[in-house]
Amino acid sequence: MSVKTPENMGPVDELKRSLLKKTSVFLGALGLAGIGVPLLSYLSPNRSTREAGKPISVDVSGMKIGEQKTVLWRSKPVWIIRRSEAMLASLGLVDGKLKDPDSDVAQQPVYARNEARSIRPDFLVLLGICTHLGCSPTYRPDPKSVDDTWAGGFYCSCHGSKFDLAGRVFKNMPAPSNLEVPPYHFSDENTLVIGDGGA
Amino acid sequence: MFISLLITGFAIFVVLNVLPYFKGVGAWIDRRLPIFSFLLDHLSYYPAPKNLNIWYAFGALAMVACAIQFISGIWLVMYYTPTAEQAFSSVQLIMREVPYGWLVRYVHSTGVSLWFVVVYFHIFRGLMYGSYKTPRELLWMSGVVLLFLLMAEAYTGYVLPWGQMSFWASKVIISLFSSIPVVGNDIVVWLQGDYEVSGVTLHRFFAFHVVGFSFLILAMIFLHIIMLHSVGSNNPDGVDIMKHKDRNGWPLDAVPYYPYFVMKYIPIILLYLFVFFVIVFYAPTFFGLFLEAENFERANPLVTPLHIKPSWYLSPYYAILRSIPDKSLGALMMLMSIVLWLFLPWLDLSPVRSMRYRGWMSRTALITVVGSFVLLGYLGLQPAVGWYLVMSRVATLLYFSFFLLIPILSYYDQDYVVPDRIPER
Ligand code: HEM
Ligand code: FES
Repeated sequence: MSVKTPENMGPVDELKRSLLKKTSVFLGALGLAGIGVPLLSYLSPNRSTREAGKPISVDVSGMKIGEQKTVLWRSKPVWIIRRSEAMLASLGLVDGKLKDPDSDVAQQPVYARNEARSIRPDFLVLLGICTHLGCSPTYRPDPKSVDDTWAGGFYCSCHGSKFDLAGRVFKNMPAPSNLEVPPYHFSDENTLVIGDGGA
Repeated sequence: MFISLLITGFAIFVVLNVLPYFKGVGAWIDRRLPIFSFLLDHLSYYPAPKNLNIWYAFGALAMVACAIQFISGIWLVMYYTPTAEQAFSSVQLIMREVPYGWLVRYVHSTGVSLWFVVVYFHIFRGLMYGSYKTPRELLWMSGVVLLFLLMAEAYTGYVLPWGQMSFWASKVIISLFSSIPVVGNDIVVWLQGDYEVSGVTLHRFFAFHVVGFSFLILAMIFLHIIMLHSVGSNNPDGVDIMKHKDRNGWPLDAVPYYPYFVMKYIPIILLYLFVFFVIVFYAPTFFGLFLEAENFERANPLVTPLHIKPSWYLSPYYAILRSIPDKSLGALMMLMSIVLWLFLPWLDLSPVRSMRYRGWMSRTALITVVGSFVLLGYLGLQPAVGWYLVMSRVATLLYFSFFLLIPILSYYDQDYVVPDRIPER
């Protein structure tokens, strides 16, 4: 058998060449994706972290009116507040001074996009983290306790952001948006499940 | 200790004296691994413009600074433990119980700040003498990428001691990603590896700091030098020295980099080291600018420090972020404040390189952008209230106006005539 040399090889099969080129590039790209998926997925939360971040149940039966309870969910403070009728009534009065009174910005699950920003008006559930730079604001329910027109709400001592009793931010504050409402639901009358919006 | 110093010194002395007897070995190796001829090519046969001044020492100083970080860094890792439980106490261990641990740590913490000082001066040199202009565009861009990598390296390193500032600075920076539309919050969780900044986050920052970014920096410096040596150095007059060569092809206005500039820059490097160690020994925290008091307190996710401020070398960008009243736009402009530099070679339309021969418009533009950058650096360390906020808005506007105005100014400016050869002074 004779050895093929550039002289006796005959014409170049351009079609075959381009086919081979395209196949190798395609297979190469597949290979890169194959390496990329595990490398990038490696960075997302691992199983024990996800396990620790599962929904938590909180018994709210003993809560008094006006009481605040702070629980940790995914290492973040979540506030549960049992609001009185008077507190709920104060919400309507401050609307004009709020940046986003109707909760247009998606800082809450759809079922909490109402004036009280909650499933049951008497129970407010909020992520206790300022939307400005992440401090934890304080619960100041008493009228006039922060300033003369204060109707009760949350005050962030870091840079002075103010929120009403539904976690809605006032106008011209450092914080850009309302406090976030985490996903939650009531599994029965007295049990709140935080981290899961229910069925 | 004194004895060991003597013995080491003597050993080095003996080796240096015996070395010349092994001359043949060098040639033998060089034929198989051309390492010596490589050095010769890039030092003795590198034509350096004869008018290079002290501004041209900053590139060499940046390499010295890099070496200092690598050596002290490797020694730190021998005791440092990258877990949320132990990071803080392992740094305390290094500071208090490891022999000379305080020295190694202070060298590393002082080293970052001085590296940034050197690199900022290095960039200023490039702006002043038009070193970004053709044919050095890619060289300049590799520099901008280096600046980016340096910032990433500094930021990931800052988190490692796991003090209050480490923790909250990492939170503020990571939360910038949440301003990306739709997928922002998922990206934050992915970057953190947890639902909050935690030990998982710390550990991956450690990986990026020690292996990832540091390796990229080395690789990028290597490319930077390759690019420099293929297009040649610019010079304070911005004269193209390649136009006039002697019969051997050596530029008439050049001298060999070694020995002329190596010898010239060695005293400058020694001066740098002197300043370096005066700071390390007498002012390692540098009045709270190099190491902040808040960071001597262990990270506490439940208590935010009242005044979060970045390291001084990142504060101009932070000031830009805060001066813009919209979170997403602020994050974007912060990014743009560096990215825009990539395009400078094409934004500056003047055919003249060096500011020595540029008109008053270009000079004013340079002073404005540098001035506003320095001002932003100061303002980024102050609380964003009242006059500070007003001033940082003005400075941000001035800073960005540079990129808008430089094409116009450089086009209409009255430049001077650039001499053909490097002028004798
Ligand atoms: C880790 C950081 C860096 C190192 C180690 C480094 C190293 C060097 C060295 C050794 C030189 C040759 C000596 C000199 O001209 O000073 C050089 C030149 C240069 N560097 Fe850098 N550099 C760094 C960062 C940067 C940055 C951030 C920029 C710009 C954004 C930059 C742009 C340039 C330019 C344009 C030159 C050519 C200057 C000229 O010929 O006039 N470098 N660099
Ligand atoms: S973090 Fe709450 S106002 Fe800044």
